[in-house]
Amino acid sequence: MASPATPESRRSGFRISKKALPYVLSLPALLVCIGILIPFFTAVVYSFQRYRLSQPWARQFNWGENYLNFFSDPAFWNTLKVSLLYAGFTVVLELLLGLGIALLLQRRSTVNNFISIMLLLPLMIAPALAALMWKLMTNPGFGVLSYLASLVGLHDFRWASSPSTALLTVVLVDIWVYTPFIMILLLAGLRSLPTQPFEAAALDGVPRLFVFFRITLPMLTPYILTATLFRLLDSIQQFDIIYAMTQGGPGNTLTVFQVEAYLNFFQSTNVGRSAALLIILWAITYILSNIFIKNWLRLRERARGEA
Amino acid sequence: METTSTLEKTLRLLALTLVVIFFMFPIFWIFLMSFQTNETILRIPPQVIFEPTLSNYTALITGKLTSAAGTLDIAFMKNLGNSVFLSVTSVALALVLGVPAAYAFARHKFKGSEDIAFTLLSFRFAPPLLVLLPLTQYFQWLGLANTYIGLIWVYQLICLPLILWIVRGYFEDISADVEYAYRIAGHSWFATFRRIALPLAGPGIAAAGLLAFIFAWNNFVFALVLASADKQPVTVGALAFVTSSGIQYGQIAAAIVLSVTPTLALALYAQRYLVEGLSLGAVKG
Repeated sequence: MASPATPESRRSGFRISKKALPYVLSLPALLVCIGILIPFFTAVVYSFQRYRLSQPWARQFNWGENYLNFFSDPAFWNTLKVSLLYAGFTVVLELLLGLGIALLLQRRSTVNNFISIMLLLPLMIAPALAALMWKLMTNPGFGVLSYLASLVGLHDFRWASSPSTALLTVVLVDIWVYTPFIMILLLAGLRSLPTQPFEAAALDGVPRLFVFFRITLPMLTPYILTATLFRLLDSIQQFDIIYAMTQGGPGNTLTVFQVEAYLNFFQSTNVGRSAALLIILWAITYILSNIFIKNWLRLRERARGEA
Repeated sequence: METTSTLEKTLRLLALTLVVIFFMFPIFWIFLMSFQTNETILRIPPQVIFEPTLSNYTALITGKLTSAAGTLDIAFMKNLGNSVFLSVTSVALALVLGVPAAYAFARHKFKGSEDIAFTLLSFRFAPPLLVLLPLTQYFQWLGLANTYIGLIWVYQLICLPLILWIVRGYFEDISADVEYAYRIAGHSWFATFRRIALPLAGPGIAAAGLLAFIFAWNNFVFALVLASADKQPVTVGALAFVTSSGIQYGQIAAAIVLSVTPTLALALYAQRYLVEGLSLGAVKG
């Protein structure tokens, strides 16, 4: 190909390589990931088996029994409830807070840009380490937040170590870590909106609340959807923060899907139940991500068009 | 008019101040704690003014923790080294594998390309334990259990989708005309890729690499499941350290500070690219 050739031969060489080339280029990446797909199918098989690491001899297919057992299993309903509560609280609160902060920082100024960069920092801290930071701050003995709680009359406020406030505490850590994610996405969205509708509304003296609900919010919807679904998918699967903070405790207060599956696998060595839990979680995320990818593709196309 | 705008300004300022306090205070407080002795930390009310000490950091760096109960070996520097090694090699491998694939997806609409790209993307959204738990057994059989190679392989689940989707976007933004012109001039495909496409997408590739590094560094669950103490990165190591050191709060704080500094520094350096990267190109920053 490097030798000076006639135009025809050069073109034909181009065509041949063009056909095989994309496969050659993407194959290595694919192969690396396929190796990781096999465990996925293994997990499906496990979920249909009676399989305990402590009793390997009793391993056999019990088909849907692991799943059927869930119906009468209060621990499972607790897992489902806690997971949904966690995901619901974190996503809604982060969305409201993130939108609020993005609106506060919307105007481009040195101070606003500086603050928006500073607010990114929690997002860059490993969630597991963020949980440890909050664990130090909420320590009943010396934690600064426990002290502050006592100042406002909440004596002996036990944060993550009390069943009644454990969920609140991990949700708070999640908000601290992930609100900046929603904030920067919505801030980018707000700043990319066309200015004409807002100028026209200002000229006509349209009330600002009306502008917000009838112009800003509808135009921001694609960004809000992207941010929400990204967060929802992560949040329903949250493991790091909860495991690092309380290991699912106290008791089974915070045994969300992945934490419960982890404990089932390594502590009660019930592989079958653990796998079935994860398959259910996977089904939930699969449905969510399908909704997500549809909207997301549309948004991506739009972003490309405008760029 | 005047009064409402002053009122509004005050409210905005107040709200922003509260926001900044909420998000910055934990970082500030842990930073302070890392320079305090245990005695200062345990004092009530909490102290803001104290005599700073570097003893927590020296204990971590020398690996010797001296307490009333005697000396305790801490392997935190080993964890830090593991984090650096795992993140750097994982990102390097992901770049070598991901950038050509990203180029293929951007330039050639071949059969099944969208399906493959989405399959790779779906790894970003699947529950990690679903793969990790069966993988523990495969790794035992393959002899990959508790090896760097095994971990780097699994880390591709974090790094590859990120690099593939971000870099693909950058390639798509570059017009293919320059490449065609270069090809027509008689240069090989590889020369075109190396001399034209790669340099043009350079900033995007660098940004994707930095983000992948941050994500690899911050990962917790992969190493928690697949690595034992000598291979663990800081995220898992710090948690183990809390359990083993018990009440050495100053050292825990110092360990957290050392663990988060690299990602915070990188984030500040690359903040321009964060929006686009974090949304996998869905939102332009």
